[in-house]
Amino acid sequence: MTMLPPPSKVKLGLVIDLDTCVGCHACATSCKEWNAGGIAGPLTDEKPYGKDPSGVWFNRVHSYEVEAESLLRPIPAPAGSKAPQPAMTLHFPRSCLHCETPACVTVCPTGASYKRAEDGIVLVDEDKCIGCQLCSWACPYGAREYSPVEGVMKKCTLCVDRIYNQNLEESERQPACVQACPTKARHFGDLGDPESKVSKLVAERGGVALLPQLDYKPVNRYLPPRPRRNGEDANAVAEPDGGALELSSKRWLDRILNR
Amino acid sequence: MREKQLNLSPSPGDEVKTTTCYMCACRCGIKVWLTDGKIRYIQGNPAHPVNQGVLCAKGAAGIMQHYSPARLNKPMLRVGERGSGEFREIEWDEALQLATDWLRPIRERNPDELAFFTGRDQSQALTGWWAQQFGTINYAAHGGFCSVNMAAGGLYTLGGSFWEFGEPDWEHARYFMLWGVAEDHDSNPIKLGLGKLKQSGAKIVAVNPVRTGYGAIADEWIGIRPGTDGLFAFALIHELLKADRIDLDYLVRYANAHWLVIRNPGGADDGLFARDAEGNPLCWDRNASTHANAAHGAEAPAGAIDISPAVVGEFTLADGRVAVPVFQLIADRYLNPQYAPERVSERCGVPVDTIKRIAGELAEAAFESNLSLPIAWTDAWGREHSEMVGRPVAMHAMRGISAHSNGFHTCRALHLLQLLLGAVDTPGSFRYQPPYPRPIPPLNRPGKTRNDNGVLDASPLGFVHTPEDLLVDAEGQPRRIDHAYSWAYPLAAHGMLHTVIRNAHAGDPYKIDTLLMFMANMSWNSAMNTRETMQWLTDKDDSGEYRIPRIIYSDAYASEMVAYADLVLPDTTYLERHDCISLLDRPISDADGAADAIRHPVFDPATQAADPDNHPRDVRGFQSVLLDLGARLGLPGMVHADGSPQYRDYADYIVRHERAPGVGLLAGWRGAEGTQHGKGPPNPKQLDMYIANNGFWREEIPEHARYFKMANRGYLEWAHRFGFIGGTEPIVLQLYSETLQKFRLAAQGHGALQPPPEHRERVATYFDPLPFWYEPFEGAELSGNDTSNSPTRHSREGGNPATSLSLDAASSSDIGNATNHFPLSAITQRPMFMYHAWGSQNAWLRQIATRNWLYLHPSTGAKYGIASEDWVDVTSHHGSITVQARFANNMQPDTVWSWNAIGKRKGAWKLAKDAPESEKGFLLNHLISDKLPKSDYANADPVTGQAAWFDLRVSIRKSDAADAIAQPQFAPLASTEASEQPLRYGADLRNKVYGQ
Amino acid sequence: MHPALSIVFFTTLSGAGYGLLTWLGISVFLLQSRGSAAAPLASMQLLAAIIALVLVTAGLLCSLAHLGQPQRAWRALSQWRTSWLSREGVMALLTYIPALTMTILLWRGVRSADSAAFLALAGVLTTVMAMATVACTAMIYASLKPIPAWRHPLVVPVYLVLSLLSGAALLFVLMLWKLPGATGVATVLPSLSLIAVVAALTKFIYWREIDRAPLPADRAAAVGLPGRTVQTFEAPHTEANYITREMVFQIARDRASQLRLLAYGLFAGVPILLTLLGMAAPSSVVFTLPLAAVSILAGVFVERWLFFAEAKHVVALYY
Ligand SMILES: Nc1nc2c(c(=O)[nH]1)N[C@H]1C(S)=C(S)[C@@H](COP(=O)(O)OP(=O)(O)OC[C@H]3O[C@@H](n4cnc5c(=O)[nH]c(N)nc54)[C@H](O)[C@@H]3O)O[C@H]1N2
Ligand SMILES: Nc1nc2c(c(=O)[nH]1)N[C@H]1C(S)=C(S)[C@@H](COP(=O)(O)OP(=O)(O)OC[C@H]3O[C@@H](n4cnc5c(=O)[nH]c(N)nc54)[C@H](O)[C@@H]3O)O[C@H]1N2
Ligand code: SF4
Ligand code: SF4
Ligand code: SF4
Ligand code: SF4
Ligand code: SF4
Ligand SMILES: [Mo]
Repeated sequence: MTMLPPPSKVKLGLVIDLDTCVGCHACATSCKEWNAGGIAGPLTDEKPYGKDPSGVWFNRVHSYEVEAESLLRPIPAPAGSKAPQPAMTLHFPRSCLHCETPACVTVCPTGASYKRAEDGIVLVDEDKCIGCQLCSWACPYGAREYSPVEGVMKKCTLCVDRIYNQNLEESERQPACVQACPTKARHFGDLGDPESKVSKLVAERGGVALLPQLDYKPVNRYLPPRPRRNGEDANAVAEPDGGALELSSKRWLDRILNR
Repeated sequence: MREKQLNLSPSPGDEVKTTTCYMCACRCGIKVWLTDGKIRYIQGNPAHPVNQGVLCAKGAAGIMQHYSPARLNKPMLRVGERGSGEFREIEWDEALQLATDWLRPIRERNPDELAFFTGRDQSQALTGWWAQQFGTINYAAHGGFCSVNMAAGGLYTLGGSFWEFGEPDWEHARYFMLWGVAEDHDSNPIKLGLGKLKQSGAKIVAVNPVRTGYGAIADEWIGIRPGTDGLFAFALIHELLKADRIDLDYLVRYANAHWLVIRNPGGADDGLFARDAEGNPLCWDRNASTHANAAHGAEAPAGAIDISPAVVGEFTLADGRVAVPVFQLIADRYLNPQYAPERVSERCGVPVDTIKRIAGELAEAAFESNLSLPIAWTDAWGREHSEMVGRPVAMHAMRGISAHSNGFHTCRALHLLQLLLGAVDTPGSFRYQPPYPRPIPPLNRPGKTRNDNGVLDASPLGFVHTPEDLLVDAEGQPRRIDHAYSWAYPLAAHGMLHTVIRNAHAGDPYKIDTLLMFMANMSWNSAMNTRETMQWLTDKDDSGEYRIPRIIYSDAYASEMVAYADLVLPDTTYLERHDCISLLDRPISDADGAADAIRHPVFDPATQAADPDNHPRDVRGFQSVLLDLGARLGLPGMVHADGSPQYRDYADYIVRHERAPGVGLLAGWRGAEGTQHGKGPPNPKQLDMYIANNGFWREEIPEHARYFKMANRGYLEWAHRFGFIGGTEPIVLQLYSETLQKFRLAAQGHGALQPPPEHRERVATYFDPLPFWYEPFEGAELSGNDTSNSPTRHSREGGNPATSLSLDAASSSDIGNATNHFPLSAITQRPMFMYHAWGSQNAWLRQIATRNWLYLHPSTGAKYGIASEDWVDVTSHHGSITVQARFANNMQPDTVWSWNAIGKRKGAWKLAKDAPESEKGFLLNHLISDKLPKSDYANADPVTGQAAWFDLRVSIRKSDAADAIAQPQFAPLASTEASEQPLRYGADLRNKVYGQ
Repeated sequence: MHPALSIVFFTTLSGAGYGLLTWLGISVFLLQSRGSAAAPLASMQLLAAIIALVLVTAGLLCSLAHLGQPQRAWRALSQWRTSWLSREGVMALLTYIPALTMTILLWRGVRSADSAAFLALAGVLTTVMAMATVACTAMIYASLKPIPAWRHPLVVPVYLVLSLLSGAALLFVLMLWKLPGATGVATVLPSLSLIAVVAALTKFIYWREIDRAPLPADRAAAVGLPGRTVQTFEAPHTEANYITREMVFQIARDRASQLRLLAYGLFAGVPILLTLLGMAAPSSVVFTLPLAAVSILAGVFVERWLFFAEAKHVVALYY
């Protein structure tokens, strides 16, 4: 089972728009509530009201500061930007990327971890998991969460119990985090189909796979922030009389206005 | 091996109920899925106009709010000392009897001895009415310390406002400026809107000392110094005027730019509008020739059409008086070099080039986007237009503007800027949400006198138009316990919750008997001067009686405030009661439609276990309790002639109560058959009809009526039909506020009602009819550059650039130097995932932040020898706290900040006594004085009384304290801690569906 | 990585156990293929075998206890085609077959040439499989791409050589105890030093190289913005979580280098000095050899602790 299935045609995953994410954590808590009673539940919380509360979350939202680009930019400028980019605050939700060649699956000694052949979703069969935690070490993205209380590994299910759920209206058959995201920065779809909405979005916006050098081949993509427009190319107010100060109201004396 | 067979279509629940979220005041539509009587899942309701299916972090954590161990379970009577948190549980009958016994003599003696104040409540349509029926003038909600500057700034200028009463045109805006907003009430609509702007490629500019949240995704961040937005806005206005990039046609058509203002320095009519015999304001029509001045026009009613009004010049009226158009005053004031970018740049920390460029971008977006919607419409004067020409510059502003003592004028400055660009309710701009716009200012004035039956003549809160509307006694002293509507804070349209406890303790202006509070954590995060507030609440007089004799409080959870009540009336959670989100209160309308909504019980609290031993909870919705109390007291409107209760409960009231004939709390499905909307007789099945329609009602504005609402006949007629406005006359936007001038004139010694001497200079200064900027009070008083009591600037006329507006001192960096004892600004921000104090009891939300840090810029750290993670002493003129600092680059270096309301008092909210919320988390409030450093005024805006939370000035230094614990600490409240057992929410739900 | 003391302790001990089994297998093979061994030697071997089995079994049991669901541990044997942990489990169990066979034969005594041959074979198999088991253990770590320090090609050799070193030390102590006065003990001492030198050298190279090899990416790349400079503003949660506790262990640089010196000293320096002393004054081996063995075990313990504590997981970039 921990042998990876042959690459699936369908590659379900998320596309997360870092240009739009405001870091509100809605995806994190909506994930928690759907999944608490879902296929991978409970997402146990230890010391919930105590000194160091610590729970299982499939989705965690980081915030970073990105320094301004120096004028001597060593790397090529992002497409379309002329000016060096100013400093930014970046919000970054992190969940399982449903990699195509995930070692989290292959290291699993029990077969509890597996990648679904039909759509590529990476799951844990909690009934087989022995809680050795090796898969969490094998995931570069920190997407696996162990619950000592439950004694098993947990992770994002891509809401597999929503996306095919015949008991949900069709428009709601999407991951909880996608449905909740108030800025609509999260998109769900088939990244294996170049014609899908998500694939087109990735193509259009230069979506990136994280840490490609590790060769896990993440399916999820992140859309990098668009170049900031802090006005290097904008004009100052056109001054009608060639820039001479016009600090008098006289110019409006003859203005014909209609009411 | 085969892949595990998964049940991919588990039932999402046995049952789903649609209601309205109340994890915050945004009021999104939710669907609550239940399995075995427990919440399986809460999702956003895609059909709901507010959130369109999305949900925020708080809303999605509703499960943990409903099942919070900090829920109150039964009425409680204090047994220990007030503040200790020791109570005895009592039955509802006893509780209500006690409350009745306490309140009855008050009503008989002097209803004003009941001070009824509500916090984050959304039932002001009921609570305000109840207070009116009880007859007390001492009623208000939290708006006074929240954002009344925005409400009043808008309502006295535009007849609508930012806050939740208007919204940017998310579809069409090309340029969006966000001033001082971290989250706001319209949490999800703003986020949905930002998402749309991102899609359309509009430019987003965030003006904020801190670059987080919304600022993080902005195209441009302007890291302004706190309290200086007015300067920045005026510099933009200056540039736009200078370059003549303004929409004068808009200004004369929809605003009062051409209205004539009498120029008669020292006279009783100085600064008032020139009016004709009928009271109509006049303008100067350059086409008219009926006058001696035939050569260049004549005075004419300003509301006339097909005239050519002059916007500059000085005119002699037929009666010989001299007058100038409003725009002349505007040009004179803001063209003054005082407001040139070069002059304001240093003080507000925005580079000159940036100011100029932003002005250019605004003009370009407004005037060169060529946005025009091909929608024919008819204006208020009956003229047909074939299209709606846009000005796609939108702005939104909130507490970064309003929580300063110059917030009212700064808010007006932003509206002035919008108006000059023609960007109010034009396509692409700020848009009104019905029932706004309303007449300026709104017509309802605060109640002042009691009728024979003890009922106040009007609701206690309203809008002051003239000094006659103030609540002051013959000596000009305040009549309200919070001093709202007094000469110190004349336009305090939302009351002043932040002054109530001090004044009630001091008996200023008189002693009250009972403080009735609802949903307001007034001993902790919503109080300024927290430490003393706690003392005032527990202080006793010489005879050993509490100075505030009785405190009744309704909360749903074991908050810090509960401990200070004598009688606790436990409320339900938001999933256990009927609520009404009424157009009479703070509606959930959007710019394209009017809407209201209900909440209805998903659970009967009696079925919700109080504890692991399954004792049922015995709680009641406060609104129903209030009606019950009213009936027991025999309050008019709440009892039948025979004294029996008129309403069964709040649900009954929502349906049957009529404020005016045909006008009730809900606008939808009125009339016996439920076929009437807006107005109509009560419909007994109304709530069912709401429930059948996802819990809300929404009426779309016809397409031709969606813009130019202030002067769109289609809109005005539509709004009139629904009872939002009294008539269909156009609403003229007030660049120049005659209302303010009336107060100034009174302060200058005119009229029958004049302020007592001690307030004169203040009123004369701050009731400037045109917006102006002054140094926020706390900094000004600390620097000795005290403008609040002995103003350094006057001049509304500003006619002479050389002599008026001496801003120099303020606009130079002297302010920074002069306040070198407290060189830094300190502010808070709303975290998106927490609602004030409520969030910390939530097992999921608190994991995101169990504590806060004081953020400072690394350069600031270096300056004061502080390293990231160091503990620091932070000192204001008022007090000192010890907290842990952390570096962040994404902020203005002269500012320090933290997340709001993360710090908790030990023992509150059923958290462990060693919870990080109380050991490491902290409140800035301990540093924030409720009074100004030198004068005796509240730390508030001089016009509206809005609390100036963000005026705070501090100094910091590395702390010598050895223990890593935040200071101050207070005695832990006597309360049990919640179980430390792991929380396995959903385990049984999962087992049911998937087996184990 | 979080250095869980139980794991450190027991990989140290089971490493020593497998090392002991390895040497024992060799010695059994050599002696049996040369003809039968002297009785005292056989009883020493038997004792060694028992001790080795106790060590490896304790290690296995402890790693079971470390599991969240130990009752399902048998499932861990199923995925040997991809999982080194599974392979380790399988190998560990398989190793019991020759090791137990060897033990039983040693206990019952060799009574025939056939059984001697059988014992020799068991010895060889034990050696090979013990080393393979250790290699599998090492490969569990060495196969984890997100932890570059563990991906180093020397990780397996280090595990092997340290296992051999501690196994040898234990064996020599047993020899000293069970074969008093035997000259052999003194003569094998240089080989202990030799292994110690090899171990120190390998570890030296390993440490030097991992110090030079940074994480394969920086934070900017981790968030998909290569080329920018990215700092953490706020972590997703203010308190520690599973990932930070398990994977984002921080050890101060100078503390680590002190500990490295300590490890060198304990598993190589001290034993080498002691063996030199032993060679100079053969009678002192009674004290020096056990001391050297303890020192080696302690040294391996420190080394193993550092192996975890110093290893940076890529996920730390996010925090
Ligand atoms: N430093 C600083 N302080 C501030 C601010 C700031 O920006 N900086 N902001 C100020 C502003 S704008 C505001 S609005 C205030 C907010 O402050 P408050 O209005 O005090 O808000 P909370 O403390 O969240 O909530 C009030 C109480 O309502 C209770 N409650 C929650 N749900 C229910 C319910 O269903 N029924 C009942 N009866 N009670 C319920 C909670 O348990 C809590 O005790 O804080 C103010 N304080
Ligand atoms: N998640 C969540 N949502 C909430 C609330 C909550 O507690 N949590 N509270 C609700 C309530 S009661 C309110 S009043 C609203 C308030 O909503 P917001 O208006 O968003 O209130 P704040 O976060 O207090 O402050 C707004 C911003 O002003 C900035 N600021 C401070 N001083 C200045 C200044 O001088 N100039 C400028 N330009 N910016 C400045 C701060 O950095 C902050 O980013 O939010 C409501 N919504
Ligand atoms: S992100 Fe981690 S857990 Fe998810 S598939 Fe990739 S390696 Fe496995
Ligand atoms: S923790 Fe569970 S899923 Fe992960 S590797 Fe071990 S057995 Fe497999
Ligand atoms: S896809 Fe589902 S499980 Fe994964 S992060 Fe989103 S909500 Fe959580
Ligand atoms: S819900 Fe959307 S906007 Fe909020 S943190 Fe998640 S991705 Fe970002
Ligand atoms: S913004 Fe969030 S908490 Fe507020 S009402 Fe909407 S979903 Fe609920
Ligand atoms: Mo507020």
